[in-house]
Amino acid sequence: MPTQSPALDTDTIHEAYLAGLAEGRLSLQVCVCGHRWLPPRASCAECLASKWTWEPAQGSGRLKSWVVYHVAFHESFRERVPYNVAIVELDEGPRLITNILADSAALRAEAKVRFVPSRQGEHTLARFELVA
Amino acid sequence: MATDRSLRGRYVIAGIGATAFGKLGRDTLTLHAEAASKALADAGVGKDVVDAVFVKTPTSSKEFMYGQRVAEALGIAPRWGGAWDQGGAANITLIAFAIMAIEAGQCEVALISYADNPRSGNRGFYEKARGHDAAYGWFAAMGGYGMIQRRHMIEHGTPLAAFGAVAMAARRHGADNPNAQLRKPLSWDDYSASAFLVDPIRRDDACLLSDGGAAVVVMSAKRARQLRVPSPVPILGFGEGQTTCDLPLRASLTTTEAVRSGRTAFEMAGVSPRDVSVAQLYDCFTITVLMTLEDYGFCEKGRVADFVADGALEIGGRLPFNTSGGLLSETGTPGMQLIHEGVRQLRGTANLQVPGADVCLVSNQGGIMHTHATLILGSD
Repeated sequence: MPTQSPALDTDTIHEAYLAGLAEGRLSLQVCVCGHRWLPPRASCAECLASKWTWEPAQGSGRLKSWVVYHVAFHESFRERVPYNVAIVELDEGPRLITNILADSAALRAEAKVRFVPSRQGEHTLARFELVA
Repeated sequence: MATDRSLRGRYVIAGIGATAFGKLGRDTLTLHAEAASKALADAGVGKDVVDAVFVKTPTSSKEFMYGQRVAEALGIAPRWGGAWDQGGAANITLIAFAIMAIEAGQCEVALISYADNPRSGNRGFYEKARGHDAAYGWFAAMGGYGMIQRRHMIEHGTPLAAFGAVAMAARRHGADNPNAQLRKPLSWDDYSASAFLVDPIRRDDACLLSDGGAAVVVMSAKRARQLRVPSPVPILGFGEGQTTCDLPLRASLTTTEAVRSGRTAFEMAGVSPRDVSVAQLYDCFTITVLMTLEDYGFCEKGRVADFVADGALEIGGRLPFNTSGGLLSETGTPGMQLIHEGVRQLRGTANLQVPGADVCLVSNQGGIMHTHATLILGSD
């Protein structure tokens, strides 16, 4: 039996975010005060209200930083090392933790990247590919 | 609001005490008892004078009322006490809390004690998945520090030599320390051939994982005179700073809370980086030391490679740092050992003594640079 991936947070907000990804849509939250954010959270950290809506992201952004894991801290990653984990800044502003679907040696700071819905087990994750 | 400079030198570290460091297989309460007993003996006072007991929450087990359990194990019924969770910045922070509580007349003599056993016990905290991003393989403190290190290299072109200089200095000093957990010096060839764990972080950039206990006794300088404490070391200043838990939410990955924390502490102490004769800097990873030096103002942002070149951080260099080996070599325990070494340097009793040391800067740092605490110790 394959090893299970680490569990995802499954509070109401994350479920909605993941449901969007499952339909191939990357969403971010936008508050009536104008603040936009990811990762998902229930209230706005700027105005402290909860009057926000989901907004589709353009899906384009830039690579700000990355690491390449040569050790697996969880069984399910044992056969994946070396693999990258990156911080991408969306054109709209929010940044997220992700993987770049490319050889890690090809990664460059500020490289343009594009959202790719990526199936992993029962979920769809927000991964990115390099834009040529 | 201006920092209260009137506290400068009015409080002291009266005593220090520690257990051995390494893989001990002992429970935290007995480690507390040994460290506290030694610290009280060093201060020349009995536990009957202690009316505050502050401890850091252990990472190897989270228990309710842990601070009260420790006080009970020490046979002390304090007025003030408890466990504080701020990661590796907790020990300096608890010294600051103790000073503020004593200043307010709430207590008189505080024991700040640390003990944990992640080496022989549960190390899950250090390797845990990072929140909702675990599915992407985002694990461990090392992943976070690697992300910061990469960004520093991107923005400032920080060369491998700078990271190596930190590791080599700490390891040289630890090799000379009979109590250090890792006494193997590190050459440039060793360092540059060191394997990547989470690229750009190499094995020799990462601190040790250790069991151990360490304590300090804090009181006013006046109380220390009344109690005939033999070798009190004055606290000149302290300061704090904190930022986001989620790394991507930070406006800048290459600026640390050493900026705000250091500014407050330097202002209280009335000193500047050029007055510092020896530094004990939190070295969980080599990048932490480099960014802390920049953010304390020892050099311009992005110029730290020049600052640490030519053995500047080694004994005999411009700014000897972690003279007992730090987290990279003495023990991976979070920060109290750095305070202890600061005290020894100012007493003139350090193993690698910096001649004439009169101002020692100590940093503690928690999480993935979430929290930062600064302590400045003096000699008069």
